[in-house]
Amino acid sequence: MYMNKKVAVFRKEHFNAAHRLYNAKWDDATNFRIFGKCSNPHYHGHNYELEVKVTGEPQADTGFVMDMKVLSDLIQQYVVERFDHKNLNLDTVEFKHLNPTAENIAVVIYDLLRPHVNEKHDLQIRLYETPRNFVEYPV
Amino acid sequence: MRSFYRACLLYTNFAKIFEAMVYLTRVEHFNAAHKLFNPAWSAQKNEDVFGKCANENWHGHNYELYVTVKGQPDPETGFVLDVKKLSEIIKEQVLEKLDHLNLNVDVDFMEGKMCSTENLAIAIWEQLEQLLPGSVQLHCVKLYETPRIFVEYYGK
Repeated sequence: MYMNKKVAVFRKEHFNAAHRLYNAKWDDATNFRIFGKCSNPHYHGHNYELEVKVTGEPQADTGFVMDMKVLSDLIQQYVVERFDHKNLNLDTVEFKHLNPTAENIAVVIYDLLRPHVNEKHDLQIRLYETPRNFVEYPV
Repeated sequence: MRSFYRACLLYTNFAKIFEAMVYLTRVEHFNAAHKLFNPAWSAQKNEDVFGKCANENWHGHNYELYVTVKGQPDPETGFVLDVKKLSEIIKEQVLEKLDHLNLNVDVDFMEGKMCSTENLAIAIWEQLEQLLPGSVQLHCVKLYETPRIFVEYYGK
């Protein structure tokens, strides 16, 4: 029996999406100066790899921190179905007025999942925009 | 006599090196938006065939590109091809024309073509083949659309 010992469990999922980095308050030249080719008006895209970390104590009856199937279903329902094969700027309400940087996407994903994960558990999001660029929230 | 055998052995080893066909691969990557959409079909048929890949407002990928050339190592350098040179050709002919762009809208060599990974691999082959030095042959263009989906094209 491993009570009172915190364990982190992780579920990996992925989605593909188009986006552009663009601040509507700035002119095109400023957007290009700050965001470079990421502000290309016709969009570009990524294979986003998502790692969701849930930390808590294993339950006495199951030995699970959280059933990973349940976690997978939650991520599918609240994140993947919303963002997969979409244009983040045009097809989602979350990024209508929010720049879809990896940082902002991670915070949005956290907010989408937090209400559905046991409040006794810590939740952390790691989001890979490319195999070489990734962000974490919260830290 | 011993030095004669040694000379023969050395010659044989050199001959092996000069006759050896070696395959050299350079890995590059680019990010792009696209959609799978056949303008000759109705929106409904596009959705039936391509599913969410036909999403009107595009989606996107991190593409990983493996370009393999084959040839015999140059006796003076030991190189099949200076890999820096290969990298520069890929950058100029492929990456600068694709990276952070929309394959359907922004890329001249994809105009009028379906932007599938298969067609993109063929088009990349055509971009590269004409500019490689005569001492090497293009062997394979391998293109990953996602970490789980990739195509290979061998030029025919």
